[in-house]
Amino acid sequence: MDFVPFITAGFPNETLFKKILFMLEEEGAKMIEIGVPYSDPLADGPTIQRTSLRAIEQGITLSKIFDIIKEVRATGLTASLILFTYYNPLLQMGLEKATEQMMQGKLQGVLVPDLPFEESPLLKSALAPYHIPLISLITPTTPIHRRNMLAKQADGFVYIVSSLGVTGERSVFHQKISSLIHEVKEVASVPVVLGFGIKQRSQIEDMANVLDGYVIGSALLRRIEEVENQVASDNISLSIEEYEDRYVENVRQHVKEMQV
Amino acid sequence: MIPHDLEWNIAVRDSRFGDFGGMFIPETLIHAVKELESAYSKLATDTAFRKEYLTWVKQYAGRPTLLYYADRLTEALKGAKIYLKREDLNHTGAHKINNAIGQALLAKKMGKRKIIAETGAGQHGVASATIAAKLGLACKVFMGEEDIKRQQLNVFRMQLLGAEVVPVKSGRGTLKDATNEAIRYWASHVEDTHYLIGSVVGPHPYPTMVRDFQKIIGLEAKQQMIHQEKKLPDYVIASVGGGSNAIGIFYPFIEEEKVRLIGVEAAGKGLDKEHAATLSKGSPGIIHGAYTYLLQNEDGGIAPAYSISAGLDYPGVGPEHTYLHKMKRAEYRSITDDEAMDAVERLSQLEGIIPAIESAHAIAEAIRIAPTLTKDQIILVNLSGRGDKDMNTIHQYMEGEGV
Repeated sequence: MDFVPFITAGFPNETLFKKILFMLEEEGAKMIEIGVPYSDPLADGPTIQRTSLRAIEQGITLSKIFDIIKEVRATGLTASLILFTYYNPLLQMGLEKATEQMMQGKLQGVLVPDLPFEESPLLKSALAPYHIPLISLITPTTPIHRRNMLAKQADGFVYIVSSLGVTGERSVFHQKISSLIHEVKEVASVPVVLGFGIKQRSQIEDMANVLDGYVIGSALLRRIEEVENQVASDNISLSIEEYEDRYVENVRQHVKEMQV
Repeated sequence: MIPHDLEWNIAVRDSRFGDFGGMFIPETLIHAVKELESAYSKLATDTAFRKEYLTWVKQYAGRPTLLYYADRLTEALKGAKIYLKREDLNHTGAHKINNAIGQALLAKKMGKRKIIAETGAGQHGVASATIAAKLGLACKVFMGEEDIKRQQLNVFRMQLLGAEVVPVKSGRGTLKDATNEAIRYWASHVEDTHYLIGSVVGPHPYPTMVRDFQKIIGLEAKQQMIHQEKKLPDYVIASVGGGSNAIGIFYPFIEEEKVRLIGVEAAGKGLDKEHAATLSKGSPGIIHGAYTYLLQNEDGGIAPAYSISAGLDYPGVGPEHTYLHKMKRAEYRSITDDEAMDAVERLSQLEGIIPAIESAHAIAEAIRIAPTLTKDQIILVNLSGRGDKDMNTIHQYMEGEGV
């Protein structure tokens, strides 16, 4: 069961974001979800709303994110990168241009939380020439026939949403989640990943032999915010490089603990 | 008289108005929206449900509302005859109750005992809280913190009616943010909760369903106009935020090609400054689950909207309006804060009717065009709500202007 971290692009700032990506790869992340900050993130809870707003205020846009991705690819990041974006930024860039950028950034998938299967044909056909999968989500409210349909047509991997509602840390998941994972696993021919609400691996250890991966997003972002407060309050005069190293090393400790 | 041939949209099969509309929502909500679509499709063709709705809007909301000849306003403008469709006379003071009744009855039929709603000015929140009280449903209303400040009285009205008002801090604390939060809450409670959207916005089937519950305005007005004037109006004018009162009065006139339909958006402080003129100044994209026009920046971030009217400062617009705009079947114009406030004063002093600031935008457009028309022409204006809720805003504005 692989660790799949989610991080808001450009959070906490562009330099640290890039350093954290490399650190996550060093800590064993074979796949990383990169969240495109959006003004009105309907599927996200308070943490991702907060980090998104901060990134937007620093001028992070979809085209800027593609530049950053190309840069980290050029400097050696090899982990699979999945773009998590709302649909409107893609539409405004234009689907052809956006998917071409995805190809250039060697993205391994795109996940659009407000684009259900019914509305997906346009984006799918724009992605097709580059063989970039549009990741399908399955939730506890997805009826059985629809779930089987989604699992069968799934490309890349299937993302199972652990709970109803928005992203954010939780201590309990939907009561049906375990059986849902087993049932999807039987139908899908691609890996199955669980996300929304996971704080650390130990919460879902009993599903480790069925699941292929678990996404940790809000919990990671909140740790980053904590590290920032802590490093700032340490009150030691540091050079920028020392500050950044200390910052990333502190986040690294949290990332190690999450995977236990 | 209430029209008995209330034709519902039997074919809810199409989720689009031309290119616009659709359902751009998280997978978690898909089942609920499809369940709603199927329940609505079934009930839309059910004579008993239609009768039940008509009985409720008659006996509880007080329909039909008057078609009122504004003779002193007409005389003052020396042009076309101005008629007002008096939606302000509905129970709770605005057209919002027509839709709230329809959806609350539907929610009950679907076995959902809890409703949530978003509100800007508070009119839809009050309408939802009202019908929830009457039908014994639990009701939560999401309202931006800024709007809570602007509309204290309506907050208290909702609480008195037994609803819980949930303050929304995110964004600018206005209608757009309240809608986001209502959608997020709905995603967490979708198994037992109906989201009673207050306008012709949101994912399919909301724009169609809300229009069907509001088109009684236009059906009545058309019959009344033919009865009183023996002909159809030359113009139908209504204010547009999300666009429910406008689509409600427009819809039965769409097939009457000679009737010009004019939607009036809020130009706020001016179209080159802060405004809410989505169709004049926006572009196509996604907002609250629909592909429609919205105010946005070049990266697709939703831009804030502004209007002195808390009910019009919405950065999107119902997808059917976008369709009517693209098809050139309806024209969309805009009126500034100042023009709307002048209209509030004129209607108050000439007719003894204090309009909601939202509705005053439509009145202002009628005031603008009436003198350019002949005396045998007719303008029908939807007076969508009464101005009692706006007393503070109007008072402050007039003091600021030194009136």
